[in-house]
Amino acid sequence: MFTRRQALMGAAAAAMLAAMPPMAAFANETEIAALPREQVALVAPPFVHAHSQVAQGGPKVVEFTMTIEEKPVVIDDEGTVLQGMTFDGSIPGPMMVVHEGDYVELTLVNPGSNSMPHNIDFHAATGALGGGALTLVNPGEQVKLRFKATRTGTFVYHCAPEGPMIPWHVVSGMSGTIMILPRDGLKNEKGEPLTYDKVFYVGENDFYIPRDEDGNFKAYENHGESYADTLEVMKGLVPTHVVFNGAKGALTGDNAMKARVGETVLIVHSQANRDTRPHLIGGHGDYVWEEGKFANPPAKDLETWFIRGGSAGAALYTFLQPGVYAYVNHNLIEAVELGATAHFLVEGDWNDDLMKQVEAPGPIPTH
Amino acid sequence: MPHHLIDALVGAAAALVLPATAAGIAHNVTLASDIAATVEVRTVSLEFPVPGEFLKDAIPAASPVEKVNVGGFRIMKQQVGAAAYALCVSDSACEPADSAGHTGEDVPVTGVNYRDAVAFAEWYSRATGYPWRLPTAEEAAAAAGERFAGDAFSAAADDPANPAVAWLRRYREEAAAKRPADPAIKVRGYYGVNANGIEDFGGNVWEWTSTCYSRTTLAKDGAVESRTDNCGVRVLEGLHRAYMSGFVRDGKSGGCSVGTPPQHLGFRLVRDDSPLAHARLAAVRAWERATGS
Ligand SMILES: [Cu+2]
Repeated sequence: MFTRRQALMGAAAAAMLAAMPPMAAFANETEIAALPREQVALVAPPFVHAHSQVAQGGPKVVEFTMTIEEKPVVIDDEGTVLQGMTFDGSIPGPMMVVHEGDYVELTLVNPGSNSMPHNIDFHAATGALGGGALTLVNPGEQVKLRFKATRTGTFVYHCAPEGPMIPWHVVSGMSGTIMILPRDGLKNEKGEPLTYDKVFYVGENDFYIPRDEDGNFKAYENHGESYADTLEVMKGLVPTHVVFNGAKGALTGDNAMKARVGETVLIVHSQANRDTRPHLIGGHGDYVWEEGKFANPPAKDLETWFIRGGSAGAALYTFLQPGVYAYVNHNLIEAVELGATAHFLVEGDWNDDLMKQVEAPGPIPTH
Repeated sequence: MPHHLIDALVGAAAALVLPATAAGIAHNVTLASDIAATVEVRTVSLEFPVPGEFLKDAIPAASPVEKVNVGGFRIMKQQVGAAAYALCVSDSACEPADSAGHTGEDVPVTGVNYRDAVAFAEWYSRATGYPWRLPTAEEAAAAAGERFAGDAFSAAADDPANPAVAWLRRYREEAAAKRPADPAIKVRGYYGVNANGIEDFGGNVWEWTSTCYSRTTLAKDGAVESRTDNCGVRVLEGLHRAYMSGFVRDGKSGGCSVGTPPQHLGFRLVRDDSPLAHARLAAVRAWERATGS
C-alpha cells in the first residue's frame, strides 16, 4: 500500500512521507495482526511504567488492562471522604506511554462489585467520542478497544458515560493520561534530542464535597446517595479541594518526589476538568509543552505554565540546586488552602554562584 | 442562681443551661472551691530547649538547651472548657471561638487565638477573684513534665556550605514524625494525666503560652550576639512546639508554625500571685501597647 501511494505522488511528497513514521498509512487487520505485541503492567502515579524514550524497532501493539474501582477515598488530612471512581484504583488513573504509530489495546474491566456503567474517552484517539461510544461497560462486563497512536503528546483520558454522569465521574476521579512519544524521542526547538532521567506524572483533580449545616464535609454511604448534593456543589463551580494525586498532601512528606542536582525530570501534568497553572517554586520549566503536543516546539525558560482543563502538558527541568521544592498550582489559594501542592526533595551540592545568603537575618544596624 | 454559673465554671455540669440574666453576674463567683481545679507545680530544674529560631555562624542551629528553674505556680488541671469559654462570650468579654458543634459535651475550647486566651484570662480573673494568666513556655514545660516535647527537630550537624542539607533533614524529620490525623475534639481527660496529675498534655489540642517568638544569632562559641523578639507570634506547646501568629485560630492555617501544624488550638491558665509573674505579664502588656497589637 505504501509503495502504491509513493508511486502516485511526486518526489517531494515521497520525501516528506519517508520522513514520517512507518505505518502512517492505514493498515488492515492482517497487517496489524502481524505486528509484535507487548504487554505493559501499569503503575500507580506519580510513577510511570518503564519505557524507552526512543522507540526500539517498528510499531507494535501495546496491551494495557485497567480495572475500574468504585470506592471511598480519603482526600485530605481531616479524613474527608470522596465517593471515588477510579481507573485501576488510583486517582488519577495510571499513565500509559507508547510511541507514535503504535497501537494501544486497552482491556477495560468493570467488575460486578461496581454499581455503575463506565467507559473511556481517549483524547489521543480518533473517532467514536475518543472510544467512549465503543467502551461502555456495565458492572460485570469488560471491553477491548484498540486505537492507533497517530499524534504525539500528552493526552487526557477520562470516563464519559452520558449527560450529567460525565462531569460527575470525572470529578469523582475518573481521568488519567497517555503519553505518545515521537519514535525518535523528544526534541528541542532546533530538532535536537532531549532526554529525561525521570518522569513524574502529576494528575490534578478538583473535588466538590457537600457540607452539612455546620459547614462540615458530609460523608455518604454510597455513590448514589452523594450524587444529588454533589451535583449542586459542582454547579457552583467552586471546588472544595484542588489536589495532586488524589488527595491533599499525597505528594508530600514520605511521598514527596525525589531527584538529584543535575538530573533532568519530565513532569507531566494533567487536569481533565479545569484550568491550572503549574509552577515549580525556585525552579523553572526549561522546555515546556504547555499544550502537551510534541509536534510543536517547546517553550523555553517558563516560570509558570498553563494547562487547559481537559488537557495534559509536559515540562522538562534539570535541577540545579538542592533543597525542598514546592510544585504548585500557582493560584496560591488553591495551592495552600485547597491542596494543590507537591514537593520535590533534591539532593546535591549547593551552588553559591546561583544564590547565596550574603548576610543572615539579624537586627537592623543602628549608627 | 449563681449555682448555674458555678457549675459551668467548674465544668462539672454536662449540659449547661444558663439563664440570660446570669450573664451579668459573672464577677460574683468568688468561692475558691467553685473555680477550675488547679495543680500545684513545685519548683523543678529543667533542661529546657529555648523557643525561637537560632542562627549560628549564619546557618539555622538547633535550640540551645538551658538549665532553668521553674515552678511555684498553680495551673489548671484541665484545659479551659468550651462551656466556661461560652460564658465569657455571653458576658461579651470574649470573641466566639471558631470551633462549632461541640455544645453539650465537656470538651476543651478550641478555635481560639492568643488574644482570645488573654481576654478569657482577664475575664476569668474578674469572675473568680484570682489572678489568671497564660503560662510561659517554661511553665508549660514544667507542667507537662514527662510529656513535654519541645522542638520537633534534632540537633544534627548541618553543612554550612549547603543550606539544603538542613532543609532536607528537617523535612524528613517532619515527615517521619507525621502522625495520623486526629481531628475529632475529645472530652476533657481523654488523653489522661501526666505524672503531675495534669490532664491532656500532648493530645490534639495545642496550648498557647505567653512566650514570644524570637530570633537569636549565636557566635561560634554559642554566646548570644543579637536577639529580635516578635511578640506578634507566640509559642504553643503540645505534641511538638509550634509558633503561631497571635490572631490565628486554626492550627492548620499555619501562621509561622514549624513542622506539622497543630491540630487544634486551646489553652489552660496559671493561677498565681507571685510578683515575678506580674512583672513578666506587665512586660508583655507594655510590648503590646507599644506595638498596638
Ligand atoms: Cu465512569
